Amino acid sequence: MTVAAGSRAPARMRRDLTVLLLLPAAAILVFLFLVPLVFFFLRTFAEFDGTTAQFVAQARGLLLSTPFLTALATTNWIALIVTVTVLLVGYPIAYYLTTATGFGMRAAVLSIVLPYFTSIIVRTFSWMVLLGEHGLVNDVLRATGLIARPLPLMYNRLGVLIGMSYVLLPYMVLTLYAAMRAIDPALLRAAAGLGASGFYTFRRVYFPLSLPGILSGALIVYILSIGFFITPALMGGQHDIMVAMLIDRELEVAVDWPSAALMSLALLLVTLVLYIFYYRITDIRRLIGAR
Amino acid sequence: MVEVDSVLAEHGRAAAGTSSAAAAPAGRGAVELRRLTKRYGEETVVDSVDAAIAPGEFFSLLGPSGSGKTTTLMMVAGFVRPDGGAILVDGEDIAPVPPQKRGLGMVFQNYALFPHLNVFENVAFPLRARGWGKAAVGERVRGALDLVRLGRFADRYASQLSGGQQQRVALARAIVFHPPIVLMDEPLGALDKNLRFEMQVEIRDIQQRLGMTMLYVTHDQEEAMSMSDRIAIMNRGRIVQLGRPAEVYERPADPFVGRFLGEANLIEGIVAAPLGEIARLRLASGQELRAPRGNSRSGARGMLFIRPEQVEIMPGAAAPGDPGANVLVGTVRRCSFLGNILRYAVDVDGASVTVDRQNAAGAAPLPPGAPVMLRWPVADSLIFPAEG
Repeated sequence: MTVAAGSRAPARMRRDLTVLLLLPAAAILVFLFLVPLVFFFLRTFAEFDGTTAQFVAQARGLLLSTPFLTALATTNWIALIVTVTVLLVGYPIAYYLTTATGFGMRAAVLSIVLPYFTSIIVRTFSWMVLLGEHGLVNDVLRATGLIARPLPLMYNRLGVLIGMSYVLLPYMVLTLYAAMRAIDPALLRAAAGLGASGFYTFRRVYFPLSLPGILSGALIVYILSIGFFITPALMGGQHDIMVAMLIDRELEVAVDWPSAALMSLALLLVTLVLYIFYYRITDIRRLIGAR
Repeated sequence: MVEVDSVLAEHGRAAAGTSSAAAAPAGRGAVELRRLTKRYGEETVVDSVDAAIAPGEFFSLLGPSGSGKTTTLMMVAGFVRPDGGAILVDGEDIAPVPPQKRGLGMVFQNYALFPHLNVFENVAFPLRARGWGKAAVGERVRGALDLVRLGRFADRYASQLSGGQQQRVALARAIVFHPPIVLMDEPLGALDKNLRFEMQVEIRDIQQRLGMTMLYVTHDQEEAMSMSDRIAIMNRGRIVQLGRPAEVYERPADPFVGRFLGEANLIEGIVAAPLGEIARLRLASGQELRAPRGNSRSGARGMLFIRPEQVEIMPGAAAPGDPGANVLVGTVRRCSFLGNILRYAVDVDGASVTVDRQNAAGAAPLPPGAPVMLRWPVADSLIFPAEG
């Protein structure tokens, strides 16, 4: 008895102490994110003149208004297209990374990770240089005589999609890469040894085992997409108002803090729901035994 | 057992015979390796390997790690491209055939079960990959699962099974499409000793009943000897000896094989001029040992090979003459109790000779320091040239 108790006690103590390692991160999260957020909501709602019923009515009016609903729909639609685009582009790249060695590997990793470390504004302006009316793409196409007038590549939906997809690609590639690296190559060999063609092996073994990575990557990209501001603001047109831009407009132009707070809250809730999905999926990954 | 037998009867055509090499299912499943060679850079990991495996034969590649046995198997499977030589299956060179078209059953090291598929779907995999219909798949998979006694576990995932059960799933998956040839790469390596023995019997039994050709890689000499019709012992990329288990155990081709297959005494001395068909080895003490004549040169240093269990040990120092036996005198250095046997280390003029005695009830072990006489038949001895 004493031996058992003696050996258990230090183990429990160690675990208690390791929790302390989270303190700095928790402090940052609480004081730099949660407290300001709550404070922001409380302040703005407290400043509202009128009864609670009036407040609810105004909130409903705002959240059901055409501009907000349109922006919400636009936001989700853009996020969806960006997610699918990034997945289709990122999957082969991630697969290449798991198989490549030497120079090809280093070059690919560099070209994925380097932009990841570069400011979004810089990357967005780079695309504007390329896609503008007198940008590189249009100039080259005109010089070669393929087109007579510059293509509208920017200040419209296409520009937003190109810019956002590029910015978010590394998140997808790195998430997929992690999931694909965890797939035991012995399983692919086993599939071939048991008579499966390359395509059948992909369909029945590789793809299902990479599915947790696909879902994780898609959710990360989607969650980041719906909060996007800089790229759509710079590269989009009049019809590409996303929720984040609407919030900015309420604050900067209309100086209507309660409306901005309400819209922020709505956006936050959508994000949280998606995050819960994300959390569930990472659990599923463990359930099916993928390492 | 009745259930299992009916399952086996269903395997019909294949289950024709039970004796080893004769049980060829329609004569399919012959494998021939011709001067098979694989190099990695400067190193030749498989060096001109020749072997002809008969349909229905249980053939083991046995050797220490790095001996080239797994590389040889991987070349047959098609995962490693040979640098020289050929692999013939039923007389046809399979070099241009990719792994998935070779039609071999395979059990991999660590099983390689698909973690996202349950037991049923794992076993069904080779059939579905071949485009079998649903009903046929169901019937065949249930048959294979019954054969390995896992019928009740069809809905489980690999992570929910014990090591032995996972092994059985891998086995069922390898044989479900009735391949004429099955390859196994250290399939029992991860199991504990008792389970390993049980699985050896089971695998051998299934192989016999289905009459398939087995190419089996292991580093465990007992496993190879208990299961195989023939064993190829590999060292440094070459087959150093190929033969039936008793043959290679009792008459090893060189000291390496002798030691690798079990406890071996290799007593050093100088080879003396042969007397007719009898080779002689003179020990430093002046005592002389004899063996059937081999390829050792007289005057050179040599070693006499004898298995510990062939040596008789008797108390006393008197040495009665016997033309058919080698006799040595020495003293007991140590006696180890190994359960079923007593293992003596006997000091013979500074050299140690190992002797195994059955642990008979009531027999008191000889104490250390006791003078003893060792005796064994000349016919069981071999003389090798000294190593190095």
